[in-house]
Amino acid sequence: MEQFPGLVPYWAIIVLMMMGLYIVIAHGNLIKKIVGLNVFQVSVFLLYITMAKVEGGTAPILAEGIKLYSNPLPHVLILTAIVVGVATTALGLALVVRIHNAYGTIEDEEIDKLEDQT
Amino acid sequence: MIAQHLPILQIVLPLMAAPVCMVIRHPHVVWIWATLIAFLCLPMSIALLMQVMAEGVIVYELGGWAAPWGIEYRIDKLNAFVLVIVTAIGAVVMPYAKRTVDAEIPMSRVYLFYTMLLLCETGLLGIAITGDAFNLFVFLEISSLSSYVLISLGKDRRCLTAAYRYLIMGTIGATFYIIGVGLMYMVTGTLNIADLAILVPEMVESRTIHAALAFLTVGLALKAALFPLHMWLPNAYAYAPSAVTVFLAATATKVAIYAFIRVVFTIFGDIDILAALPIRYLLMGLAIAAMFAGSAVAIYQNNAKRLLAYSSVAQIGYMILGISMDSVTGVTAGIVHLFNHALMKGALFMALGAIMLQTGSVDLRDMRGIGHRMPLTMAAFVVGGLSLIGVPLTAGFVSKWYLIQAALEAGWWPLAVLIVFSSLLAVIYIWRIVEIAYLQPNLEMPKAREPEPMSLLIPMWVLAGATIYFGVDATTTLGIAGLAAQALLAGGG
Repeated sequence: MEQFPGLVPYWAIIVLMMMGLYIVIAHGNLIKKIVGLNVFQVSVFLLYITMAKVEGGTAPILAEGIKLYSNPLPHVLILTAIVVGVATTALGLALVVRIHNAYGTIEDEEIDKLEDQT
Repeated sequence: MIAQHLPILQIVLPLMAAPVCMVIRHPHVVWIWATLIAFLCLPMSIALLMQVMAEGVIVYELGGWAAPWGIEYRIDKLNAFVLVIVTAIGAVVMPYAKRTVDAEIPMSRVYLFYTMLLLCETGLLGIAITGDAFNLFVFLEISSLSSYVLISLGKDRRCLTAAYRYLIMGTIGATFYIIGVGLMYMVTGTLNIADLAILVPEMVESRTIHAALAFLTVGLALKAALFPLHMWLPNAYAYAPSAVTVFLAATATKVAIYAFIRVVFTIFGDIDILAALPIRYLLMGLAIAAMFAGSAVAIYQNNAKRLLAYSSVAQIGYMILGISMDSVTGVTAGIVHLFNHALMKGALFMALGAIMLQTGSVDLRDMRGIGHRMPLTMAAFVVGGLSLIGVPLTAGFVSKWYLIQAALEAGWWPLAVLIVFSSLLAVIYIWRIVEIAYLQPNLEMPKAREPEPMSLLIPMWVLAGATIYFGVDATTTLGIAGLAAQALLAGGG
């Protein structure tokens, strides 16, 4: 077990993660929720990238003189996860556009009010 | 030759067929194509199940790369059974979808519906079949993204907010799942589930693994709509197009529960994690809360689809309860209930879809006397309802019987009492609909309607008939579920 502060990037990741999650929960604006979701997802991407780092290692390129390199597998995984994230964001924003057309607002509370009437 | 590649064909066929729908575009031709694919998938999964029962676990290495470097598909009795559930529901939904989709979705968008339905089926089958934890995440997102689109195709504008909320919750759930996978990868260096099952138990003292388990549990519980993470479910089921509700209610949450079983009994299989950490009592408490809260809220619903959606929340509680008991009988009950509940909820939502098509509403106040106007549909509804309550000779009875037996085996008789009591709540909400449908005076019909089309009645009665069949003769389902549960609890699955 290392000493208390540990590895700084992980602290940054946890802070980002909680910020993202908080935005999703606390904000009523549908676009802001999606932004929060993005921050949350990006923190997870960083988590993977950080764990791939090998101390003193370079980029995983097959070349003369490179002996020590970072683990490329998490990079590849995150490439997939980024694509998924982009698709989710696109779909989420498309839904917000349609919600705006149908309700004339993108505020959670106002939508709730309109839904209660029907 | 082809039989050897069945595991991959099971996934590739619907995956490749989906974009073809985008090319065809013609609403009727697309339907024929999608139906054809769905009907091809079913015999494949049955063949896989028979092969697994006869010869044991099938391992298929993608591209010939051996695990743990490559991705492998690993099919044992449990996921072969789940594959059959998903493909069977997929095959029954297709003929049913034709009429309801034509009525509920604009002609110009029908081809999108079938594209997404096939993609959703691909995702769900992929979750079940894969032996790689990260691959599972990708399939999870394929199925989720397509189901958000499917839900948003509904007629009522509330389907949009339902889809949006499901998107937010579903993405958080899936992201929690990859955090969990990432933490496991951090300490073990592998993503292969069979490999994780060997490496994770050795490191179970590590806090990273504890955190991973917590993230995996919460993430999958969100996807499975385990109480109190079920908030996305009622509106999503209530306002989605009828065929989508049938398909999702019968398969989506079940597959998430399957993934949860994998985590608990395969990855953490060797150390009996439910007993080692207090997760068992947490799950049990949540399951019981789901059984009561879901049923109690269902009683007060006026929209019949929402009512059944809340009842789904309660039924998910029964499945998790069975799993949390951590005994062969309990897990058997959980797995059998996966199958039985898919049949009965499928039949029930199909009946409501038919009512929606004929009368344009599933509000209980508009359903007065519906039993006289649509006798065949309501009869199927009653069969499904009886099974939901757990009346003998229906499939629901078999699962509840096993659940109660598992509780008594472990000496938890109060649990058995709670199971019976929560079933009484189901009696109330089913009776409420039955009373309105049969005993109240017939509503004045605005205009004469022809009887409900055969394309709705036949799939509905296939499922309702299966509910009775597997209630009378449960040896097949119990046999498979029992063997799967034994394999899981023997460790390493």
